Amino acid sequence: MPNVVIVGGGPAGIRAASILVEAGLKPVLVNETRQVGGQGYRAPAKSLAVDINALMGSEAGKYQRLHSLFASLQERIDYRSGTLVWGVHEKVLHTLCDGTAGTIPYDALILATGATDRIMPLPGWTLPGVFTLGGAQVILKDQGCLIGNRIVFLGSSPLLFLAALQYHKSGASIAAVVDTTPLSAKRAAMRDLAASPRTLARGIVYRASLHMAGVPIIDGATPRGIDGEGHVEGVRITDGRGRERLIPCDAVAYGYGLKPETQLAELAGARFRFDPIFRLWLPETDADGRAGADLYLAGDGAAIGGADAAEASGALAAHALLTDMGRAQPEAELARLRREVERLRQFQRGLARAFAWPVAQSATLSDETVACRCEAVTVGEIRSAVHAPLGPREVNRVKAITRCGMGRCQGRFCGPALQEIVAGACVVPIAEVGRLRMQAPVKPIPLHAAAEMEP
Amino acid sequence: MPDEPKQRTHKGQFVRAVPRHGATLRLTIDRDTVEAVEGDSLLAVLLLNGRVVRHLEFGGAPRAGFCLMGACQDCWVSLGDGDRVRACTTLAANEMVVWTDPQKAHADA
Repeated sequence: MPNVVIVGGGPAGIRAASILVEAGLKPVLVNETRQVGGQGYRAPAKSLAVDINALMGSEAGKYQRLHSLFASLQERIDYRSGTLVWGVHEKVLHTLCDGTAGTIPYDALILATGATDRIMPLPGWTLPGVFTLGGAQVILKDQGCLIGNRIVFLGSSPLLFLAALQYHKSGASIAAVVDTTPLSAKRAAMRDLAASPRTLARGIVYRASLHMAGVPIIDGATPRGIDGEGHVEGVRITDGRGRERLIPCDAVAYGYGLKPETQLAELAGARFRFDPIFRLWLPETDADGRAGADLYLAGDGAAIGGADAAEASGALAAHALLTDMGRAQPEAELARLRREVERLRQFQRGLARAFAWPVAQSATLSDETVACRCEAVTVGEIRSAVHAPLGPREVNRVKAITRCGMGRCQGRFCGPALQEIVAGACVVPIAEVGRLRMQAPVKPIPLHAAAEMEP
Repeated sequence: MPDEPKQRTHKGQFVRAVPRHGATLRLTIDRDTVEAVEGDSLLAVLLLNGRVVRHLEFGGAPRAGFCLMGACQDCWVSLGDGDRVRACTTLAANEMVVWTDPQKAHADA
């Protein structure tokens, strides 16, 4: 039997596993966290008295179905919980579990690695009390904790309103929800958003519920900075009418949508193309998720599509893998899944316009603003490197000179902003400054584990 | 080493919104004894009891984690046995000794 390995225990990985099990295979499912469900459908720890149905709201049914599906599969797959895949080399995954290094060889690999928040630097964004928007949701579901006593939800993301509503239901005090995209841009995105009327309606309900609860919602604001001595004390914005405002708070949930975790795809041989709507380099796949020989990508780790698209694309990737093994697959079902994934990803393209990545903000950042939180590299250091005589215009060379993107997070959080800052300083289209290259280990590991990768 | 748990200097950054049922754990964070519940992540314990997780190696700015999901690597702390761990993906354990400053951990050893 071929050795099929799936990386990622979210909706895409679990659905892929179920298709493979139905076909009589016993895939290995490697999950970095201890709870399955990914970040969005993550199960709370057993001892936590969280009302997950209330938190998941309209998605509670899907949450329950995914977890029952995983429960039914658990005995029929080789499930590796709490296992980090930190490298891929010649069809072997290099892993770390409870401090112990290991390897998993594969014949075919499905990567369903999910996404993290996309962040634009802002003066004060490294202060204690500023967390990612996705992180604010995770800490509530995983640990039953709120990120602060009085919270501002800041940025532009469909998750902004969902997270704020989950916090409101959990008893949080919300100082404001500050969306940096003007309402006019949201109206302009309606055509793409109509691709998924149910999801669109859900977003409108989140917003209306917050409004009814008396939570201040500010549209079209420009964030100026996060103030505080040693920790967050307030958020400074210019609102949509041009008024300067200071919103006192002790925590900020901050984010501009999601960005695929593509590090392992790159190490496994995927090629990348620049996506002008997301303004990100995304792995190239065919409609079924094929990204190279024996390599398949699914879920938000391939292209941001949300949980429903993740499930459908996970199923598609598994069907593609089985097809490539010479097993005929149900064509009608494949066609249905392809339409579903395409429709949901079109909706995400609408969301990318309705909740815009703040390109203009990168040009107005002060030189003192920290761009790379790992290595404390400022925006001014990046601009100086680019403007120096014979200065680089390519992000990997800028990284080598400034150390921006060279730290422990491997450019996950500064990478998108670094591309914008370099492109802005060089006055060239962003695609021309290139893409930050990744290398193993994709997350920090002890030295003894790395030593075992040597041939 | 004090035996009784005590309030750390600052009140916590995090607020517990959902009760957790489980065994009570006692940890030592920078010489203070704090209580936690089985299942708490180390980051949750640190931020329920304080506002800072560590100070940056470059310039010493205070940090308290950021992504809360194992990606940003901004919540690494030292344990009593010298191991360094990412607080958000590490479960708190009874009698765990945690140092937010690796130099203090070294000085104590």
